[in-house]
Amino acid sequence: MTPLALLWLAPLWLMLVFSTVPEREIFSVPVPLIPGDHFLENFRDLQADTNFLRTLWNSVAVSGIYTLLSLLLTSMAGYAFARFRFFGRGAVFTLVIATLTIPYFVVVIPQYILVAREFGLTNSYVGVVLPLLASSLGIFFMRQNFLSLPQSLLDAARVDGAGEYRIFFQIALPLVSSAMAALGIILFLTAWNDYLWPLLILTQRDMYTAPVALGTLLGLTRVSWGGIMVGAVLMTVPFLVLFLFLQRFFVAGITAGAVKD
Amino acid sequence: MQRNRLVPYSFLLPYLAVFVLFWAWPILYSFYLSFLDTRGFPWSLQPGVNWGRILSDPFFRQALRNTLLILLVQVPIMLTLATGLAVGLNSPLLKLRGFYRFAFFAPVVVGAVAYSAVFRLLFNTQNGAVNVALTGLGLPRVDWLNAPVPALVLIILTVTWRWTGYNAIIILAGLQNVPGELYEAAKIDGANPWQQFWGITLPLLRPILLFALVLSVIGTLQLFTEPFLITGGGPGNATLTLGVYLYQQGFRSFNFGYASAIGYAIALLAVLFSLIQLRLFGRDA
Repeated sequence: MTPLALLWLAPLWLMLVFSTVPEREIFSVPVPLIPGDHFLENFRDLQADTNFLRTLWNSVAVSGIYTLLSLLLTSMAGYAFARFRFFGRGAVFTLVIATLTIPYFVVVIPQYILVAREFGLTNSYVGVVLPLLASSLGIFFMRQNFLSLPQSLLDAARVDGAGEYRIFFQIALPLVSSAMAALGIILFLTAWNDYLWPLLILTQRDMYTAPVALGTLLGLTRVSWGGIMVGAVLMTVPFLVLFLFLQRFFVAGITAGAVKD
Repeated sequence: MQRNRLVPYSFLLPYLAVFVLFWAWPILYSFYLSFLDTRGFPWSLQPGVNWGRILSDPFFRQALRNTLLILLVQVPIMLTLATGLAVGLNSPLLKLRGFYRFAFFAPVVVGAVAYSAVFRLLFNTQNGAVNVALTGLGLPRVDWLNAPVPALVLIILTVTWRWTGYNAIIILAGLQNVPGELYEAAKIDGANPWQQFWGITLPLLRPILLFALVLSVIGTLQLFTEPFLITGGGPGNATLTLGVYLYQQGFRSFNFGYASAIGYAIALLAVLFSLIQLRLFGRDA
């Protein structure tokens, strides 16, 4: 298993190495295996080509806004499905979950027509975030977690005269906070790495997210490969470090919906 | 206790509003669009124009063939590998568990654009790391980016690298739900590890494997970023996938009607494969 594991790590290690050596060394024989001292020069190339810091900021903003809004919407809806009985509950829930198996490519054209042409939201954070919020990824997961709360707890609050929103925000939500953390990490990562939708909606270079900026460089003929590797490292390494410390949450988020307890 | 009957709906409404606007309605509108001739203005209802074209379009056929080829080769390799990894990682005998977990799960956090860039460098024809290694072993260089079959192999390798660990996580979660007593009992009956795998692990994993299979098939049918950025769908149209072709028709030619028809063709394939999978492996899943 060890050779396979090393093979699996090799692309990430070489990404790191390539970001720190001069361009010509990337294509030299033998392939460099130890980091060099050219990271800052490569970063300067990247920054000159794309204003990469700005695109990183756009990515942080888009992913952050999306994660917070999506957590709010999916937890409210998940709570409704888990904790209230109302007309249409079963049918709506089935419909929402069924869309998990519908390919994104079926909806991307109408989404584009709606957001770009009807609403005129190109080059805006709103335009990037809005359609992503419709994803049903988190609904099932949040519903499962709210289902596991003891009814007596919620009833006690009701007897004390707390309103439904107060019960939700002050009692139910804090009790599922670790599930929300798991979901939040996955939502953030999904938005952070999203490529096609921001590519369609963002046309001004200063509004690009980091993947779009990097993707644009890949399409050009005269590029600084060292710079591109710096971009890949900046997009990836923070999450690798987080992954080392917060593995539990990543794994919980990925298996959300996969395993029924 | 008197409760306002509208409260549940108020919890549901914010999500449902976005859902209806950006998923439910687009599903229907996309279907309608696929019957419109959108090549000129105004768009006109011409039921046969896109669906007729799909049946005779050599580019569509090539994209379909490439996508199915990748699917039929990549998904079985990946799921076999992922199952093996999950069983290995679940074994109490394994040392260095943390290292292996990190090695195989790390790609899960890497975005398609970042790893596409890295793989393009690693598989560079002149002095990419892979070709340097091949020549070091006395093997010939391979023109990964400019020859049809190697380009397809490259896409398969890239996707396998990225998604094997992801599937292993899902399968591992399933494995941890298998009660340990079953293995104890099997051991007493004298079953060797291989027999235990076929007799206990695999049957109990069937629902979770089916889940991973369905997800992988739907994901592969939508393959876009990797061929788009690594090979640009080339050389020729050797790595043109349905996703890349839909992008070209929809957002380069702005032929929304035809692109919608391609989108629906992808959805039909997804439904077809899901039915086949349920039929073959589902039973009680």
